[in-house]
Amino acid sequence: MVGLVVVSHSRKAAEGIAEVAAEMGGDTRIEPAGGDGEGGIGTVPDDIAAALDRADAGDGVVVLVDLGSAVMNAEVAVEMTDANAVIADAPVLEGAVNAAVEATSPRATVDSVREQAEAAREVDKL
Amino acid sequence: MADEATQQAAARAAVERIADRIEREREHLTDLDSAIGDADHGGNMARGWRAAADAVDDLDDADVATIVKTVGKTLLSEVGGASGPLYGGSLVFASAELEDGLTAETAVAFAETYLEKVQDRGDASVGDKTMVDALVPAVHTFKKSVETDDLDPVAALAKAVAAAERGVAFTVPIRAAKGRASYLGWRSVGHQDPGATSTLYIAEELLATAREHADVSGELPADAESPTIPDEAAEGE
Repeated sequence: MVGLVVVSHSRKAAEGIAEVAAEMGGDTRIEPAGGDGEGGIGTVPDDIAAALDRADAGDGVVVLVDLGSAVMNAEVAVEMTDANAVIADAPVLEGAVNAAVEATSPRATVDSVREQAEAAREVDKL
Repeated sequence: MADEATQQAAARAAVERIADRIEREREHLTDLDSAIGDADHGGNMARGWRAAADAVDDLDDADVATIVKTVGKTLLSEVGGASGPLYGGSLVFASAELEDGLTAETAVAFAETYLEKVQDRGDASVGDKTMVDALVPAVHTFKKSVETDDLDPVAALAKAVAAAERGVAFTVPIRAAKGRASYLGWRSVGHQDPGATSTLYIAEELLATAREHADVSGELPADAESPTIPDEAAEGE
């Protein structure tokens, strides 16, 4: 099964988004990563890499990210880990929910999950 | 260029000098960042470079590539925000260019690889009001000075520092297109970019270290001077 990692500058936001996505994600492993490790706002590549390893059940991981340095630190973490991990170019919450749904499909792959996450870019709210 | 022991001593001295300089500039970098960012650049960089200097201190008999890689890894884990992956990640990546030691040629390769990684990771170009505005002219000038103008590496580095300084000045009047400052739009105009500034400080300390350790005279071209570099050559005349 493809796993998910949700990366946000805010630890609370990452946990909250993972919580929302888990409602739709069945048994999917959804790991939050966020914060500067000292209770502040930021992201740390080591923490993201650890979340990638926890989320990986052998079929790879799709990473959802918020802004700026979260993207860069997620890229560094992807380079650090042995897991087959890809970053989705998607809105972090909507993408996480879409990805969680797709991950429950028996035919889900890293690519199909990432594509579903990225499809969330097209969703109109009004 | 200098022998292996001299290179290692120079690399260690450079890290220490940079850590000290960034610490001295902590408030200034934070002031610059508070104008167009989140006011953490000085603190983050000072913490990261101090940790890097400590990590290098703990290394026994490491070659230059290992020293640079250790600095990069430490910055990656200690510096928050985009500076960790941009400065640290790029140093880790580019350190491979120094595995055969430090020569004018490997220094150029290192600088080019570092620049490439920063641009790749940050997706920034000249004119976006980022560290790239200092880095691109510095690296291109260094390469041209070594490869085309046949300057010795210290003189080439001096020209690169002067180019970086002009790059920093260039960030003041332009509008940010990347990074947190880009959210401010036109309000970013008139402020000097903190990342370009810390990049300049690092380059200046590399030059100062090179002058102390190089076995070449490092005679400077006339336009290589800048107000922030002690003009030792001119003072001696």
